Amino acid sequence: MKQFEALTRKKDSQLVRYLIVDDSVFARKSLAKMVESFGGQVIGEAGDGCTAITEYARTKPDIVLMDITMPQMEGIEAVERIIAEHPDARIVMVSSVGYQDNILAALQKGARHFVQKPVKPDALYEIIRYVLNDDGVTSPVGAGGEVSR
Amino acid sequence: MRMDLIQPFIGSLDAVLAELMNAPARIVDLTMEEEGYRRKGLAASVVFKGQIEGRVVLDMEPQAAAQVASSLSGEVVNAGEPLVPETVCELANMVIGNAVTQLNDRGFQFKVFPPQILTEEQCAAAGKDSEATILCFETPNGNVHLNISMRYHQRRSRERSPVVVG
Repeated sequence: MKQFEALTRKKDSQLVRYLIVDDSVFARKSLAKMVESFGGQVIGEAGDGCTAITEYARTKPDIVLMDITMPQMEGIEAVERIIAEHPDARIVMVSSVGYQDNILAALQKGARHFVQKPVKPDALYEIIRYVLNDDGVTSPVGAGGEVSR
Repeated sequence: MRMDLIQPFIGSLDAVLAELMNAPARIVDLTMEEEGYRRKGLAASVVFKGQIEGRVVLDMEPQAAAQVASSLSGEVVNAGEPLVPETVCELANMVIGNAVTQLNDRGFQFKVFPPQILTEEQCAAAGKDSEATILCFETPNGNVHLNISMRYHQRRSRERSPVVVG
């Protein structure tokens, strides 16, 4: 897989930490590989919205990648609940169902962005950079979390 | 079944396979069935409900599924590995999600349910007011079948029925 310039946190030069939420084990594995190619660290996974809420509270990730269609509790409701408790949460919706109503609902509940499956690594990388905004910086591949200045 | 409802599924499968297999897929067979569906390889089903209701089955030869699994996971995956059925589910999710997005953009509203692996040889029969359309796509790594069974919801059907005058 293509390696990207590592994204790190500006405040402490540490790796960006991700929570991946998807009911498909395979999708989680695929996204995990992708974020590792961005120099990121997967600190938690969840297969449904309920688990996502508890995992968010436990891990406090920098970025959440959240599926929409899941059993028990769907992604949009999970976004609403996470944002209610943690207004600064950065959540990116990752779903194959990309119709307007879904995107709008997710954004209204507090999601920062939306990416449709199949996910293109370049597109996801740019979205994460955008969502991190001033809190994230890039460093060359293999820099091991050190920020180039 | 109306072709304009099926076309988004064809386009979506074609696009997703092309991206994940790095090879073209082409339709080699199209059949209509009113009997139950007998799966040919690893199959996953996605149900949707709303103004259009039905289900779509994505059925892949294990070798084709393994190729997609390898492409998505970035490592070599063999056809017998547990990851392969998971891949079929995720691929069904992508294909059907992309297709229903197009249908939604045309004004149809419905809810999509998570994909389920079909473990029975004999799949559920098509809905009472619909028949199943089965498309066979040929890929360099084996065939992929798409079984589409859907119908307009009664209210939506009435809204779209032609008005008979006189």
